[in-house]
Amino acid sequence: MAARAAGDVILEVRDISLAFGGVKALSGISFDVREHEIRSIIGPNGAGKSSMLNCINGVYQPQQGAISLRGRTFQHMKPRQVAEMGVARTFQNLALFKGMSVLDNIMTGRNLKMRTNLFQQAIRWGAAEREETSNRIVVEKLIDFLEIQAYRKVPVGRLPYGLQKRVDLGRALAMEPQVLLLDEPMAGMNLEEKQDMSRFILDVNDEFGTTIVLIEHDMAVVMDICDRVVVLDYGRKIGDGTPDEVRANPDVISAYLGTAH
Amino acid sequence: MGFFLETLIGGLMTGMLYSLVALGFVLIFKASGVFNFAQGSMVLFAALAMARFADWLPRWLGFDNRLLANLLAFVAAMAVMVVAAWLIERLVLAKLVNQEGITLLMATLGISYFFDGFGQTVFGNDIYKLDIGLPKDPVFLFEQAFQGGILVNKEDLYAALIAALLVAALSLFFQKTGTGRALRAVADDHQAAQSIGIPLGRIWVIVWTVAGCVALVAGIIWGSKLGVQFSLSLVALKALPVVILGGLTSVPGAILGGLVIGVGEKLSEVYIGPHLGGGIEIWFAYVVALAFLLVRPQGLFGEKIIDRV
Repeated sequence: MAARAAGDVILEVRDISLAFGGVKALSGISFDVREHEIRSIIGPNGAGKSSMLNCINGVYQPQQGAISLRGRTFQHMKPRQVAEMGVARTFQNLALFKGMSVLDNIMTGRNLKMRTNLFQQAIRWGAAEREETSNRIVVEKLIDFLEIQAYRKVPVGRLPYGLQKRVDLGRALAMEPQVLLLDEPMAGMNLEEKQDMSRFILDVNDEFGTTIVLIEHDMAVVMDICDRVVVLDYGRKIGDGTPDEVRANPDVISAYLGTAH
Repeated sequence: MGFFLETLIGGLMTGMLYSLVALGFVLIFKASGVFNFAQGSMVLFAALAMARFADWLPRWLGFDNRLLANLLAFVAAMAVMVVAAWLIERLVLAKLVNQEGITLLMATLGISYFFDGFGQTVFGNDIYKLDIGLPKDPVFLFEQAFQGGILVNKEDLYAALIAALLVAALSLFFQKTGTGRALRAVADDHQAAQSIGIPLGRIWVIVWTVAGCVALVAGIIWGSKLGVQFSLSLVALKALPVVILGGLTSVPGAILGGLVIGVGEKLSEVYIGPHLGGGIEIWFAYVVALAFLLVRPQGLFGEKIIDRV
């Protein structure tokens, strides 16, 4: 993969430790993410990948360490505050608003961009009307981009899995995030859906310049699309570098394939 | 024919009032996925507040004007419901983010008892009259078409009109505004809603405030009909079959459900009642709800949730 021009460090994770009671989910994890790159976190099941993402997203509060975004450090952040700082995420086991249409789902992603208050919206007066329209334009572009025009009005719950994943991505993109966290975007997909999703991820990175942090346990997919990889195993970091470096790392090989004892 | 129409219209009016209470259930369920057991108590609490303030305020402020007293009392009761909504969010719901629906249901059961007890402690437990100036005299309609015309209660007519307006406004709000969309989003998935920056706390305050206001309107109308008394909180029991019939997630469903139940009750009482020995009105709604649960559990307009296995 041709190296894209990676910028400054946008997201830095320093010495994060997280424990649930006696179970250490993460111990002393540090890594950085540069602007415009596709960074992935891989590791076998239970390695702590989702916990790591949930720490960045503010769902979990790590007991130790700090995360900084564009130099601003935060230790105790709520998901909403993280969202305000420009971090969007998708979910491993789909968390879409099932009863709502594709369009409405993606429109909810524009929530933070809405400035008019409840009363203006209620009477749909001037500013509120314009705001709805301008946000709708952004959303329609995303719908085109993700090639889901035909399903605009369909309740999300009725779409096949691969398309739901796309809507999830669309909702996150509607926030116009600086950093996009993808939690196993290709889990449970067939080969064709995986290829589609890979293409969308690369396009998002190219066209919108979004920095992407991606979690995946399917090594093959990750190695093809990302710039740098962090490898976790049992809550520890065992590798960090370009796909080729990581592939050659003996610790990584043994974590994935096991070693003779 | 005239008698049939009279029964029918009477049923529609009562139905509209059921709808008003059912609407409170639907609003909170739509916007937070919680079945709010406290809705009936909120109706009672709001009506009590309104009745007492309408009585107290003129005495405190020393004026004697029915209309002004009612207006001020309405504003005061509304303020009480807003504060109640805010407290509920702060003290109860905020602690229960991402919990199972059943946990939240139990919490609303607690809120319900609190409202019942607190309301009667603060506002007293007598039966209060609530006079908001709705005309009580009946009118005769269509006197040319039918012999003797159709007897309609004017008060019911106004009540139905108010309910219809409220309903129209609320359905527009839910479907057409960004906030309405955010409300529906929160109902579907707390976590996802937070991740895209929807402020859960504020949304809940809004929903409970709106539900509180609907409860207030319902309480005022029922209260001016029957007097404000403890049995008002039992009106909610009649709203249960209405939401089952209409679907828990549908505002139009609550309305239609209310009308069907209202009309069904009255017609069955008049036309089937004599053959079965009467008293049908009391259980008719529940039997309809039961039948619906068997045949169409999501109600007339409810969302059919298909779980993939």
